[in-house]
Amino acid sequence: MRLIAEDLACRRSGRRIFAGLSFTLEAGEALTVTGRNGAGKSSLLAILAGRLRPEAGRLAAEDVGERTIPECLHVVGHRDGLKGALTAQENLAFARDLLGDADLEPRAALARLGLAHAAGLPVAYLSAGQRRRVALARLLVCRRPLWLLDEPTAALDVASQGALAGLMRAHLAEGGLVVAATHQALGLESARELSVEAFRTGRADLADDPFAEAFR
Amino acid sequence: MTRAFLAVVARDLRLAGRIGGSGALSLVFFLMIVALVPFGLGPDLNLLARIGPGILWIAAVLATLIGLDRLFQADEEDGSLDLLAGAPAPLELLVLAKVAAHWLTTGLPLALATPLFGLLVALSPTAMAATSLTLLVGTPALTFIGAVGAALTASIRRGGLILAIVVLPLMVPTLIFGVSAADAALGGTVPFTTPLAILGALSLAAGVVGTLAAAAALRWGE
Repeated sequence: MRLIAEDLACRRSGRRIFAGLSFTLEAGEALTVTGRNGAGKSSLLAILAGRLRPEAGRLAAEDVGERTIPECLHVVGHRDGLKGALTAQENLAFARDLLGDADLEPRAALARLGLAHAAGLPVAYLSAGQRRRVALARLLVCRRPLWLLDEPTAALDVASQGALAGLMRAHLAEGGLVVAATHQALGLESARELSVEAFRTGRADLADDPFAEAFR
Repeated sequence: MTRAFLAVVARDLRLAGRIGGSGALSLVFFLMIVALVPFGLGPDLNLLARIGPGILWIAAVLATLIGLDRLFQADEEDGSLDLLAGAPAPLELLVLAKVAAHWLTTGLPLALATPLFGLLVALSPTAMAATSLTLLVGTPALTFIGAVGAALTASIRRGGLILAIVVLPLMVPTLIFGVSAADAALGGTVPFTTPLAILGALSLAAGVVGTLAAAAALRWGE
């Protein structure tokens, strides 16, 4: 798969967040999206996931057959999409049935993230880091080429961060793509960095912003 | 595609069973309204038997509203809606799955419990059967109409009251034909099947329009 973004612009609640953002991501490449809080990292990921319409620009995927971009990707973000009343295993089994492209069994995926013992527990009983790991296990139960990760290391302990880096490296080696918004190093040597702040619109636009004065 | 549909139905049924929330609650609410009416009107059995089908229908309309506000809101809050958007199936189909599961846990129990609750308003056996049948045919329309309101208010905190205000006027035609079908079964000039057929048509039309509108509202709200 190949992901091409051309001249993307984003406007939220009437405020232009970034404009003229372009990149191309080939199979086996990773991109880390950086920038201060509120710079538009999550907005960029939402645009890539098809959850937010860009104000301008074009987004295309090549070598994916007839599938649309949302059908080629996994999103792991702040809202983890897990149901607290269901067990970790049931949540993953649901994702597997819903998304198709089945790969690992839910139990095996949980074991890869060191959560085999929690497979039968309702997700509501798990800690924030454990919930995040269950959400990350979703990456393994269905095989999809593009991983969109929003702050994937948030709430993870050091060992889990290492495991996540291992998973991402294996995914890239198989020709997958990773786009991660992050403040921390992910342990990917090959990753390119894209700073959203470089595409912030200039002062002229800020002059229209009633809050800009306060931030100067 | 069928797999995704069945996965959503199975998950929502399992969630409803495990949380034990809105299904049982709306049934209890239904019972409450039906039980309150005789207290308000007095123990006039003839009067109660005459207005019984109407009371049951109004109670059913109000009970449908219970839990409806969480239909899409819960998925919106925890990000499950983003997960559904990535499924290799149209959003309309997944909305249909969610609404079908919701009807199975709220609308269907109401229709099945009606004969029992009909005792409280002194319904004759014929009227009980007729009211139960009309609710079975008519509650899908209520659920689908409600789903549109639920989708519109999915991202609003405390959208429950707005939901009721948006949705209740749209439920009036269903209520009219539901009650007139139940009344027609007890005698009158209109044959029972005429209003019942219209009620069925309302449910089918609401199924199509409601599904499309709810999916459009969810997309628009992004």
